[in-house]
Amino acid sequence: MITARINQIEVQVPEGTSILDAARRVQVKIPTLCKHKDLLATAACGICIVRNKGGNKLIRACCTPLENGMEITTHDREIVDVRRSTLELILSNHPQACLTCGRNGECELQSLAADFNIPMESIKRYVKDVPADCSTGSIILDFVKCIKCGRCIQVCQEGQNVWALSFLDRGINTRMAPAGDITLAESPCVKCGQCSAHCPTGAIVENDETPAVWEALHDKEKICVVQIAPSVRVTVGEAFGLPPGTNLTKKIYAALRRLGFHAVFDTNFSADVTIVEEASEFIERFVHKRGPLPLITSCCPSWTDFMEKRHYDFIDNFSTAKSPQQMLGVLAKTYYAEKLKLDPAKIFMVSIMPCTAKKYELSRTEEMFASGYKDVDVALTTRELARMLKQSGIDFLNLADAEPDSILGDYTGAGTIFGATGGVMEAALRTAYFYATGKKLAKVEVEAVRGLDGVKEGVIDVAGTKVRVAVAHGLANVETVLDRVREARKRGEEAPYHFIEVMACPGGCIGGGGQPYGVDNERRKLRIAGIYQDDRDRTLRHSHENPEVIKLYDEFLGKPLGSKAHELLHTRYTARPLYKR
Amino acid sequence: MKTLTRQDLADLARHPAAEPAAWIRVQLDTGGIAAGAETLYTALDHARVEQRLPFVLQRAGSTGFAFADPVIAVKSAGLPTVHYGHVTAELVPQLLAAHFGQRHLLDDHIIATRRRSLVLDAPVTHILVRDTGNGPGSKTEFFQFSFQEELKRRGLGDRVQVVRAFDMGVYDEGAVVQLLPSAVTYTNVLAPDVARIVTESIEGGRVLDDLLWKTPDRQVRIVLRHCGEVDPDSADDYLRRAQGYQAFAKALFALTPEQVIAEMKTSALRGRGGAGFPTWMKWQLTRAQPASQRYVICNGDEGDPGAFMDRSVLESDPHAVLEGMMIAAYAMGTSKGYFYIRAEYPRAVERVQRALDQARELGLLGQNILGSGFDFEAKIRLGAGAFVCGEETALIASIEGKRGSPSPRPPYPSVRGLWGMPTAINNVETLAIVPEILLKGGAWFASHGTDTSKGTKVFAVTGKVRNAQLVEVPMGTTLRQIVFEVCGGVLDNKEIKAVQTGGPSGGVIPTSLLDTPVSYETLQQLGSIMGSGGMLIMDKGDSMVEVAKFYLKFCVDESCGKCAPCRIGGYQLLQILDRISRGRGNAGDLAIIHRICHAMQKASLCGLGQTAPNPVLSTLRYFGEEYQAFIEGGPSYARKVSGAAKAAKAPAPATSQEVSS
Repeated sequence: MITARINQIEVQVPEGTSILDAARRVQVKIPTLCKHKDLLATAACGICIVRNKGGNKLIRACCTPLENGMEITTHDREIVDVRRSTLELILSNHPQACLTCGRNGECELQSLAADFNIPMESIKRYVKDVPADCSTGSIILDFVKCIKCGRCIQVCQEGQNVWALSFLDRGINTRMAPAGDITLAESPCVKCGQCSAHCPTGAIVENDETPAVWEALHDKEKICVVQIAPSVRVTVGEAFGLPPGTNLTKKIYAALRRLGFHAVFDTNFSADVTIVEEASEFIERFVHKRGPLPLITSCCPSWTDFMEKRHYDFIDNFSTAKSPQQMLGVLAKTYYAEKLKLDPAKIFMVSIMPCTAKKYELSRTEEMFASGYKDVDVALTTRELARMLKQSGIDFLNLADAEPDSILGDYTGAGTIFGATGGVMEAALRTAYFYATGKKLAKVEVEAVRGLDGVKEGVIDVAGTKVRVAVAHGLANVETVLDRVREARKRGEEAPYHFIEVMACPGGCIGGGGQPYGVDNERRKLRIAGIYQDDRDRTLRHSHENPEVIKLYDEFLGKPLGSKAHELLHTRYTARPLYKR
Repeated sequence: MKTLTRQDLADLARHPAAEPAAWIRVQLDTGGIAAGAETLYTALDHARVEQRLPFVLQRAGSTGFAFADPVIAVKSAGLPTVHYGHVTAELVPQLLAAHFGQRHLLDDHIIATRRRSLVLDAPVTHILVRDTGNGPGSKTEFFQFSFQEELKRRGLGDRVQVVRAFDMGVYDEGAVVQLLPSAVTYTNVLAPDVARIVTESIEGGRVLDDLLWKTPDRQVRIVLRHCGEVDPDSADDYLRRAQGYQAFAKALFALTPEQVIAEMKTSALRGRGGAGFPTWMKWQLTRAQPASQRYVICNGDEGDPGAFMDRSVLESDPHAVLEGMMIAAYAMGTSKGYFYIRAEYPRAVERVQRALDQARELGLLGQNILGSGFDFEAKIRLGAGAFVCGEETALIASIEGKRGSPSPRPPYPSVRGLWGMPTAINNVETLAIVPEILLKGGAWFASHGTDTSKGTKVFAVTGKVRNAQLVEVPMGTTLRQIVFEVCGGVLDNKEIKAVQTGGPSGGVIPTSLLDTPVSYETLQQLGSIMGSGGMLIMDKGDSMVEVAKFYLKFCVDESCGKCAPCRIGGYQLLQILDRISRGRGNAGDLAIIHRICHAMQKASLCGLGQTAPNPVLSTLRYFGEEYQAFIEGGPSYARKVSGAAKAAKAPAPATSQEVSS
């Protein structure tokens, strides 16, 4: 333990604790702009400087560990002056287009500037005009708003192992961009949007597609339908001041209907369909030995993209089942349209997703047009939904609860846990166990695959056979798991796992790149708790028990993995080049 | 090459190489070559073969006389060994005819020895003359003629030759005369003194005290001890003529690593890269870290405008730097080393690579060196030209193949450095000193210099100086002595305005403070720094606002962009200075300048940003009235006030090419 004093207050912290964290423990807030709780200090902004008694330099609180006997002063005249000057310098290099910025009201730079009460600009503004990179259609890099904190780069390189972003050029011209000054779409970017989730300003934002949705809603010719993803229900409340994890499912249904959607569906329904298909696939491969093992989940589009670019030797291991978003899209324009005798050409499907990559998934391959139309027309992120709700004049939090629309709305607890890391695996195991044994798991909760460890492993006994599973989230953790499989392959041994789940974002979809800002592990835990609570609250907790799913197969699809299911609910993968230029 | 044994080294120590009777050494460093030294070498070689002349032609590095490139040293039978400057290929026939035909020294090219004797310990054979006065018309030829006539009159015309020198190493002291071979030097010699000198000194062997130049040479050559003497491309030359690898052998077989560090502690050597951290402590800290691997890195990423100390040492004496690194490695228990050299120094890279190859062939690198059980291997990594890569953590990132930007400290490199292992990074100059400390003792080294700054320091003196050159002086030598006594004062006899030290991280020192003894502490107190050793001289014609702008622009260009205070602060500061220098400043600007400088100094992550405001702050401190004049009356008024020349540009720090041409 380290004992020291911060502003005369004695503090005891474990060795290696930064001055910044140590100060928090004694209710001292040291301002910082670049440090994110989730990430290592990049030491870029220079705002968190403090003084150690006897030292002639000011030191950075974010990256300096507290040492025994230190006497730290966090605020004195000089320190505050230097912080103000530094902040003024940062502002002098920022467009200050706050009122028209996507981060207005949620920007860390804006709130720091407000805290420091900077009265006027004494340093002439210099902002170099660099056009934004909108090439991906998912994420927009608005270089001029970047304060070069380096968070996005750390997340992209170390957190996600994607290496799409890096620093280019130097000095005042420094910027974050793909190496070689190519566009993001030409880079290895997988559109996970973790960069945007960690950006303190409006420099990296989701591609805002709310205008297209408003347009469709106002179009009398269109039949607008909508689906909400599992995790959105426990996160959207944060944008309205509610604690993370607050489940607002039924208020979201009500609000979406008020926005003008003809029908409100739940992606949890199609998550159940996904499980039926995927569990069947697993049984095919595991019990009937038809197809290679391990089976790897594919409902995360960033992961799919990453796999196609970097791990295409695993293409045959990928579940061909589409993601719930795409399944619901195609079912709405076929099954639902047929049932209600609607013209599928007029149906406009909007999905509310926690994710920026879902925008990319909409046109990933030709299978995403299986209905004959674009199965899902627009994917919005949670943040975009929150903005739409705020614009709509709806008193969201005080709405009366509502139910989803039938035939694509009912869901089980297995569908809802898709929103948390390990959830797809757990849901699939529940159903696969049933398919293999005709019985349900003694304990529905598969604890081994829950939690925030980057790689989770477990063994589940299925009728006397051990099923070895692994769950990875955060793309940097994928390699660990896949390399173990590769090594076994090289040695000619059986794969160490039968079933692998991967989610690109840390924590799974609840930590997605399109979720409300300010994510860290504390928040992730609360959001996950909200998801599991929803699961516990459901009477039905196995996907194959979903009555609407049963009906779907009876009336429309036939058998899981049958020809119609294959035609509508499955996709293909191809190796793609890492760089397109 | 045959592998060396411990016995071989011991034999070499006992029997140093015999000197050939006649030799010519051509100084083939980058500066010399740019001035034509390669062509000169070829011409000399052709003449030697064709005329069957009895001299050995040798390659060497640079003595440091950059102002006189190309420089050669010549020894031939019956003549004193001399350096010639500005030797072109066209001069070769004349030169060879003089030395090997008439057995005369050549007029107008001699750079007189800096070694000055107070006693006449040998009969005079040559008299060097040069008028160093500022009066109209040079009287050099007059004195040559007078001496010749006087000698003839006394019947000594055949015994003593009178030669016009090019540079006497003494300046503004009227007619200067040096008697060779003893090197007794007389200054302010007047016409009536000629007869006295001939009768008293040449015939009588007595020193004329009233004329005697008693000021000793300010230079002490420790770092540069072999520069211009040994062949940088030959391990054999280094072994035979420079006690090569004797210090390493001594460390290996006679000292424990702790004893080596103790000797370094006695020497009180501080890092020559600029910050002045005690070298022994760096080694100690690195050694103390438990680790499976440690690294030693030689920082050869010299990037200050106008600085060429490290380049000269690497080009002139690469084996000494390598030997220093090997000793450091032994002291720290390290088996791997890196030379980080900027790619703009191709010749240094080539010579260090050759030194490494030769050392490997000799068995001085590799496994179980000289049977001692000690393993060491070193390789070169090229710097791609970013100034900030001279900063230790950025340098490490660069070697690791990452973007060269600094990272926060702690952890210090001595705890977690290259590849996460304890790493000691030493400057070229520091490592070059190490073998000499082991051979002569730490106490000997510490006998030079001041209380807190021991030993000597190499400076690259450029700008508006008469003799731009590399000088090595003991710490504590004053700026005035360096500029006026060693380098001959200001170019074209203009009035000096300021001396800039420490490169872009340093500051300017005004004329009133020229008597400041040079040390880490004193320069810092004046708002400058020692830095790696760049020293730029400015005359009255230089605008200090432009000087500040020049250095600031360098740092703004070289900022890695990582941290806000340096990235934006430097840029904004430059904009304000630019506005001021165009006459568009306003009264509030100086306050903002101070505020931005303060933020940069206090909140920048690395030394580059923390020190980048120094040129601005120090010019404001000592030449604030020039800024005021720009703000109040615009550029032309400011020029009137400061006396700056019309095209008020900062003196471009000479690159080696400019220096030597």
